[in-house]
Amino acid sequence: MKNNYDIIVVGGGPAGSVAARYAAEKGVSVLILEKDREIGTPVRCAEGTSHEGIKDFIDIDPSFIDATINKFCLVSPEGERIEISLDQVGYILNRKVFDFKLAQMAANAGCEIYTKAYVNGLLFDNDKVAGIKVDYMGIQKEIKAKVVIAADGVESRVGRWAGIKTYIDFRDIDSCVQYTASNVNDINEDTLYFHFGQSYAPGGYLWIFPKGGNNANIGLGVSGAAGKKKSALSYLNDFMNKKYPDTAILTTVAGGVPCVPTLEKIAAPGIILVGDAARQTNPLTGGGIASGMIGGSIGGKIAAESILNNKPDFLLSYEKAWDDRLGKRHVIFNNLKEGIYNFSDKDFIKLSKAMSKIPYEKRSIGGLFQKALMNNPKLLIDVAKLYFTK
Amino acid sequence: MLMIEITPNKCDYCGTCVSICPEDAIELKEADITISEELCTNCSKCVWSCPIEVLKFNKEGVK
Repeated sequence: MKNNYDIIVVGGGPAGSVAARYAAEKGVSVLILEKDREIGTPVRCAEGTSHEGIKDFIDIDPSFIDATINKFCLVSPEGERIEISLDQVGYILNRKVFDFKLAQMAANAGCEIYTKAYVNGLLFDNDKVAGIKVDYMGIQKEIKAKVVIAADGVESRVGRWAGIKTYIDFRDIDSCVQYTASNVNDINEDTLYFHFGQSYAPGGYLWIFPKGGNNANIGLGVSGAAGKKKSALSYLNDFMNKKYPDTAILTTVAGGVPCVPTLEKIAAPGIILVGDAARQTNPLTGGGIASGMIGGSIGGKIAAESILNNKPDFLLSYEKAWDDRLGKRHVIFNNLKEGIYNFSDKDFIKLSKAMSKIPYEKRSIGGLFQKALMNNPKLLIDVAKLYFTK
Repeated sequence: MLMIEITPNKCDYCGTCVSICPEDAIELKEADITISEELCTNCSKCVWSCPIEVLKFNKEGVK
């Protein structure tokens, strides 16, 4: 570990590794600092993503694909299953292998990486961020950088230290818990299952994502407001006891998913935020793998260019670049989320009944939202923007 | 007086509480979580958002 780099990336998840790689490929020196002992662990993720979302960042390889997805299945509060074929291929990743590969790609592009490196403060030069303070294996160090990229996840504090408002209202985060379970015998390996309803996951949803064989990620997220009364863990255990009393639980993870549009400010002199730290997750689905890598790639490239051209102010153009690429879209996804957020069990049952009348070949996700938001003309326009225009 | 209690050996170190803490009072390392008595206002948002009930409100105060 040297005392000076062009760029320091805090956090070695997908957003951090991609940001680091894109920057290093431009020819600047990059250091990645990961607080945990290993890249890729623990996996706080349901691991679902799409081919389209990740193909630009990594060659698709069976070593990190646990299941290939073609269908979406909506399970109503009464247990009715509505299957919808997806118009693009999805994957359930093995994030441990996936994250490791992304970090290797960053290393191959020239990045230095250290694990067990806990960043606990920032260095400033006047008002500009000028480096980080790190506790590395018990030794406190200060390292200078022209740009710091905060990729430190949902628990991000790096942005806060730079004076950026990153904390989220507790109602806008979904509290999640997930088991990776074995002996899940009633699911298809190519289908994502979503249970909706107040009894399953108020303000959120319960997912069952196949992991190959008879393994699956079974988890749920509840809104912070709902969590005030009953925790995500209680909801999940109720479901498991009822539906899968005989499964073996191979992994248990907790986590928070920001369900909001991206932070208003994700760049300041000498620093940018990428991935969950910037709240770049899709506010409707909670998915953040692809969007985090997109944010990372844009941020890494702009950071490197600002350094190489000696134009520190260019770094701030990252905000607009993100906004144009995905940020504005996430605002629309957030509108849809708010539209269905307060759905009662009755609403979901009605929706499932309406969908069941549509022949399988004619069902689509866009069509599902059209039915769900039939009485909300303003949101129907948003549905059209997201699902019916290229 | 700090009134947010951390149940020993239960935390998964997921950081949900860190993201919603308005005061930046919670510090999370790889397998270590602490709440700053100086910064914490006992607002309890962390208690409500903890996915696995690690944090509890204790009106008697915690040491």
